[in-house]
Amino acid sequence: MTTYAEKNTAITGVGMSEVSRGATKSALALTVDAAMAAIRDAGLTRAEIDGIATWPGEQANASGFSAVGCAALQDALRLKVGWYAGGGEAPGQYGAVFNAIGAIAAGLCRNALIFRTMYEATARKTAFANSLLKTGERQSGPFAWYAPYYTYAASLQQALFFNLYVHKSGIRPEQVAQVPINQRRNAGLNPNAVYRTPITLEDYLASPLIATPLRLYDCDVPCDGAVAIIVSRMDVARTLRNPPVRIEAIGSSMQYRNSWTQLDALDTQAQPKVAEMMWSRTDLRPADVDIAQLYDGFTYHTLNWLENFGFCERYGAKDFIEGGRRIALEGELPVNTGGGALSGGRLHAYGAVHEACTQLWGRGGARQVKGDPQVCATSTAGGPLAGAMLLVRD
Amino acid sequence: MKTPPAPARTLPAIDNDNRAYWTGGEHGRLMICRCGHCGYYVHPPVPFCPQCESSDVAPEPVSGRGRIASFTVNHKVWVPGLAAPYVLALVALDEQEDVRLVCNITHCDPDAVRFDMPVVVWFENHEDLWVPFFRPVEQAA
Ligand SMILES: [Zn+2]
Repeated sequence: MTTYAEKNTAITGVGMSEVSRGATKSALALTVDAAMAAIRDAGLTRAEIDGIATWPGEQANASGFSAVGCAALQDALRLKVGWYAGGGEAPGQYGAVFNAIGAIAAGLCRNALIFRTMYEATARKTAFANSLLKTGERQSGPFAWYAPYYTYAASLQQALFFNLYVHKSGIRPEQVAQVPINQRRNAGLNPNAVYRTPITLEDYLASPLIATPLRLYDCDVPCDGAVAIIVSRMDVARTLRNPPVRIEAIGSSMQYRNSWTQLDALDTQAQPKVAEMMWSRTDLRPADVDIAQLYDGFTYHTLNWLENFGFCERYGAKDFIEGGRRIALEGELPVNTGGGALSGGRLHAYGAVHEACTQLWGRGGARQVKGDPQVCATSTAGGPLAGAMLLVRD
Repeated sequence: MKTPPAPARTLPAIDNDNRAYWTGGEHGRLMICRCGHCGYYVHPPVPFCPQCESSDVAPEPVSGRGRIASFTVNHKVWVPGLAAPYVLALVALDEQEDVRLVCNITHCDPDAVRFDMPVVVWFENHEDLWVPFFRPVEQAA
């Protein structure tokens, strides 16, 4: 098999700030907490960090969507790096990781600090954050086509795709509900999760309908928090304190029309080709996966990924999650073991990487999956964006 | 207590490529770019045909008829004065399925909207633009 650059990289440390529905610390302070935790977890010093990456980079607006970029963190930590990159045009949130893999292969750095900072909980106390619409000005960009039609938020836009998935798959609300119910159960065992009180099927069905078929409990939770991970060149990783979590394979393709309106497969979104690419770069198969941290900006994304990764057949997620047993911590494929973004907080797929490493390093405490999990599939998604990684701890 | 007015519709920024789409309604026309060489409809509009690489692409009126590729019934009142429920939809054009137009479905009980429902365009003037909306064919007068 061809040697792919990701196979020469590994995650060597992870860090997470406090995660809350309203932080006392600034976004930068949270980022520093996460970054220093990750650097120390890897057994590195600031002087050994020679690359920085983030997605989507600093957005100097009131949304809290990405309040901290490479420059602010580089200066706060006084890092001296050979390479840095922050930008939103990438295969979803993992674009920053994929860029770092390339930078390591190019000899630009050996230990890349990759982070994602969200400050949406605080932002929403003062502004209508994360709105797709800009009031009072003419709209440009991909959502301009949605602009005149009262498309206020991502949840409404994604409900438009979710409804087609429900139509084609025949999934029922009580089946969808297994995703948030399972994750809330996992969050109850995770001291860092934002929402930890168990929810029932009745709670799910009683949660407000935002836009058919999407309910409040189908949505992730805006939070204040930061996650950092260290991606190291493999020869460096082998000298560090944690067993390397190897990046076994990635999926980063854009084989579909990258459009929020003209996307070819509305109901499966951009993921099928991305998953296909990931599997083409490894000898491992879906049956080899021990745990899965699947993107859950909305429950619908998680359902998509179960199918697109091949854990079940197309439109088979409804049967796979029926009753919730297979995806539970004790099940054949534990999913979103820390509560995910639905209950743990919207850390935008980096919470998922943090949880993947937590489980692969056996640090899960009360939520630790039994049987020494070694292989984790993880993913990002949303409309035409998708990225996937297969992580393996030796 | 006064009822707040319906929120203003956010309007798109206009350039040479999309102007015909957002202004054709003044004359009752839904204008979609089409390749003069091979007949392919190019949407979003750009003067290049991805099928045959021709630059002979220009807006022309289409039937204004299509089918609902997907839709959602919004129930949340996002801003004061917003009248919910309302329907957000993607309409696939009759002329070419992969031309999908975002719209609200109007003149129809939101609960009566169905996948694949035949719909037809109508326009509403906002500032200098004519915004396309769709309504069920059987409701069209
Ligand atoms: Zn052509």
